[in-house]
Amino acid sequence: MGDGRHPAAELAIETRGLTKRFGHQTAVNSIDLAVPRGSVFGFLGPNGSGKTTTIRVALGLAAATSGQVSVLGQEMPRRLKDVLPHVGALVEGPGFYPFLSGAANLHRLDSADRYAPSATRRARVREALDRVGLGHAAGKKVGAYSLGMKQRLGLANALLMPRELLVLDEPTNGLDPLGTREVRNLVRSLAAEGTTVFVSSHLLAEVEQMCTHVAVMSVGRLVAQGTLDDLRRAGEARVRVRTPDIAGALRVLAALGLVPEQTEPPGRAGDDDGVVSAPLAPGSTAPEAIVAALVAGDVRVRAFSVDRASLEDRFVALTGEGFDIAQ
Amino acid sequence: MPSDPLVRAGNLPCARPAVGWDLFASELAVLFRRRRTWAMLLALAAVPVLIAVAVRLSSSPPEPGRGPPFLDRVTQNGLFVGITALVVCIPLFLPLTVGVVAGDTIAGEANLGTLRYLLVVPAGRVRLLLVKFAGAAAFCLAATLTVVVSGALIGAALFPVGPVTLLSGDTISVGESILRSLLVAGYVTVSLLGLSAIGLFISTLTVVPVGAMAATIVLSVVAQVLGALPQLEWLHPWLFSHYWLDFADLLRQPIAWTSFGDNALLQAGYAAVFGALAYGRFVTKDILS
Repeated sequence: MGDGRHPAAELAIETRGLTKRFGHQTAVNSIDLAVPRGSVFGFLGPNGSGKTTTIRVALGLAAATSGQVSVLGQEMPRRLKDVLPHVGALVEGPGFYPFLSGAANLHRLDSADRYAPSATRRARVREALDRVGLGHAAGKKVGAYSLGMKQRLGLANALLMPRELLVLDEPTNGLDPLGTREVRNLVRSLAAEGTTVFVSSHLLAEVEQMCTHVAVMSVGRLVAQGTLDDLRRAGEARVRVRTPDIAGALRVLAALGLVPEQTEPPGRAGDDDGVVSAPLAPGSTAPEAIVAALVAGDVRVRAFSVDRASLEDRFVALTGEGFDIAQ
Repeated sequence: MPSDPLVRAGNLPCARPAVGWDLFASELAVLFRRRRTWAMLLALAAVPVLIAVAVRLSSSPPEPGRGPPFLDRVTQNGLFVGITALVVCIPLFLPLTVGVVAGDTIAGEANLGTLRYLLVVPAGRVRLLLVKFAGAAAFCLAATLTVVVSGALIGAALFPVGPVTLLSGDTISVGESILRSLLVAGYVTVSLLGLSAIGLFISTLTVVPVGAMAATIVLSVVAQVLGALPQLEWLHPWLFSHYWLDFADLLRQPIAWTSFGDNALLQAGYAAVFGALAYGRFVTKDILS
């Protein structure tokens, strides 16, 4: 996407040829990431594909081996002091002092922020804790928190100040289904307020439910990037015809300009039906016209469908492996 | 520049950042809210108590020249308990506690995962180093004051208190002797700053706080062992432990400030060198913990 469609200021995060090597291992390999402002951007990839390393470099925690990063239109890490006050982050799990209470931990991190007014600190801490549903556990020591509660506290920390960009690395790790849902709602409401949200995840379903844009990492490379719809469209649609008249169906579909094949021989389901299917390019023959042609060609159509490749199929195709396999 | 997105967004609550004393206050709060810190201070406070009780219970008064310096004076004047306890604590106990605090500064935050969050705030790496060093220095002061104050209290409880005879033979009032005790505490605090800077530097090298603590403590022992070898006399003035026990000059009338000055200069040198090393290491370090 480094084609200049987005002026720099319209991108919340932009990387150009970003590479990070640890010794001989290349964790991030020349990626060009473009996160539009106002988007909810899903950063997908199997564990170990370089997502967290990319985030660390973008936040100035680690230095890039080569390439450039800019955040909110400012070059990083040169403008780090100006940029980071506008960025809330949850990086690779929560990190807190176990001997301090949740509220005291947030006080600590907030007092490190030179732009955060101390006069409103108490109120902002309380508000952030309430927003993630931790109000009742504010005074409890973090050592006694469950993983899910720590994760929520990490989110509360990112929300201590109004932010233009939130970078959330695996925000639903350790949360139960209800907590996951709450995080999704939280992200949606933040996005509705105009905050750009950059969420990394290895869970496809999570990204699919809350993101407008997606980028996919695989073994340190960016293998796809765009809006969720772009990515969905990129997966091909197929027509499937269930019929006992295999030969007839193949003939009719071929006559329509499709490239059909028999994907299931007759008789497998205990009847004499088989399945013929063919890829359907967007904008070619309308599905209803195909059915009409089949019926006109004396093909007994017992079932007909146009299946779009699921995002999951698409991601498996892109990342090559099962989605949770570490590289 | 109106097209600057950061300015355009106008989210900054104030145009200029605060100086940031809040972080130092928060550092002190975190340090002194830890049970570990209190355990160490309690152990230090117990040293003068042990000494005073042992001397009180023994049938014969301590003979001059046996045991730690000033021990023989304790029975005559309780105000000497604190000074005696400091002498006992300086070679091991104080460096031990300071090693724990200084070794924990950066490595401890890295170990908890709080370092990345502090840096993303952004706390600023240089600012964080300065605050951490200041926090360690505050602990040095707290530790020495604990020994002196605990010593004065137990001394006053178990032994007579009165005008103090100084090493020069002069006698000073109780009030002034308290001032002198605080002065000695200040001297010992300054003595420990070099070690704190070394601990801070070692702490930037690792994410295992225990390793940094142990290394710092070992170095303090090594410095004292080297300082005890006459063959290495040329090296002695450069050891950070060289002036550790030289606070006797503060117990003369008039006060001889030479050793205080030499010590302060040496410790400042150590703080500058190891502070610079810590800066060089930490400012460019990849935070991967």
